[in-house]
Amino acid sequence: MNLFNIVEELEKFDPELNDRLNPRRAAIKNITSFGTKVALAAVPFAMGTMLKRAYGAAAAPTVVEVLNYALTLEYLESSFYNMGAASAGLIPAAGASYINTVKDDENQHVAFLKTAITASGGTPVAIPKFDFTAGGGTGNGPFKGLFSNYNLFLKVALAFEDTGVRAYKGQAPNLLGNKDILTAALSIHAVEARHASAIRQLLGVSPWITSTATVGNDTGVPQVNGNYAGEENVTQGGVNLTTLPSATGSTTSVAVATAAFDEPLSMDQVLALLVGTFIYS
Amino acid sequence: MKTSEQDSIGGANMARRSFLRYAGLGVASAGLLATAACHKDHKVIVGNSIDIGAKGDLAILNYAYALEQLEAAFYIQVIATPYSGMTGDEKALFTSIRDHEVVHREFFKKALGGNAIPALTVDFSTIDFTKKSAVLGAAKAFEDTGVKAYDGAGYLIQDAGYLTIAGKIVSVEARHAALISNMLVAGSFAADDQVDNNGLNKSATIAEVLPIANTYLKTKVNASNYGYVAS
Repeated sequence: MNLFNIVEELEKFDPELNDRLNPRRAAIKNITSFGTKVALAAVPFAMGTMLKRAYGAAAAPTVVEVLNYALTLEYLESSFYNMGAASAGLIPAAGASYINTVKDDENQHVAFLKTAITASGGTPVAIPKFDFTAGGGTGNGPFKGLFSNYNLFLKVALAFEDTGVRAYKGQAPNLLGNKDILTAALSIHAVEARHASAIRQLLGVSPWITSTATVGNDTGVPQVNGNYAGEENVTQGGVNLTTLPSATGSTTSVAVATAAFDEPLSMDQVLALLVGTFIYS
Repeated sequence: MKTSEQDSIGGANMARRSFLRYAGLGVASAGLLATAACHKDHKVIVGNSIDIGAKGDLAILNYAYALEQLEAAFYIQVIATPYSGMTGDEKALFTSIRDHEVVHREFFKKALGGNAIPALTVDFSTIDFTKKSAVLGAAKAFEDTGVKAYDGAGYLIQDAGYLTIAGKIVSVEARHAALISNMLVAGSFAADDQVDNNGLNKSATIAEVLPIANTYLKTKVNASNYGYVAS
């Protein structure tokens, strides 16, 4: 367990974001200076458990831990859309049915996962606190004003959806062979991808993630570069996709190779992207 | 005969072929169609059908390969013979989807190597490629079926690496599916024909998917060890 890792991840995240986070970052560093026990006490029990798992232990998470991790992500998404839908004047009529569909799905995911966790003998984690400006609780992060700026709202929505797809994908191996839970997780994963595609259509960017050879992020929002890191991968199962024939030639472009395969993120990668910015306790 | 023709992916010639007969992997010719299904002697080939083989990851990967062959062939035809009134934006989107499906197909072909099922012969005679509604309807069926197929077969995969690769592909299929649905009916990207009351995408078994796929295949794909043989 080391909150410093998170802070250092954030330092790499984006210079402008880091400037905005300075007060908060200093606070986190001060907390860590008191020692691990104090730092752990600063986060809810369940989140502390996940962070320990992510940063301290090599063992694969249990099914319940995977489900609680998923629940945390769904809390984030559902709270985000609930706030968006409740923000008068934010969502134009043309987008209302899209956003409502996504909102309803995310709330259903929360309910479903709670039931699945209980049925698996676990206890659903409590909902953490969110700062959708990515300000770590200051409400003053890089996405400040997102609930009165539809374009900004959609950009944050897209980062959440694409990250959610990556997060579920990253947990599939931890549910290997588990017919009920893996199938359910893959089924949520597919719905998150449907959402990501639709939000991309609302934003006017391609429905799939079209990376360059060096930059995974294709959204035009540099603050979320970390959420797309690795999407530029063109090698799958030892096969370099760019060497394969395409519909019109003997090789495949990087754009096609990256768009045709979405990449996973591990639990610790996702938590490093969210904790301290969007999730602050 | 085989590799040189199979390895080329001629799109230009394809447009001139009958819709009814061309190989998913390339330049259609009667010779190719006649021999492609029997030059790999280790596959289970009975008449004009193939079986994905013994239970295991190779069978599931070949199942995916079969579906990707079908999807790639479909979009190659969509672009080769655009429907009346296809806009530039629509053509660009269908071209991207075609390219994704082709690289999915080529990936499985390369990764499976000598374990791959042969090139399948498709039959799109029930699809009117000149009509937008028919093309979008068929595209939706292919994409939705593909998503349900991957979601439903995931638990059968025993290797974590293969499972992750299947996950990498299925989310792209879901992105396609959402786009196609929205092109048909704006806002239908996660409608209840595909997503249940828990917010879960529906999933389908091999025995449910292959009969649908086989309606577009001259080469019937069986999965005798997963409870399905074409009647």
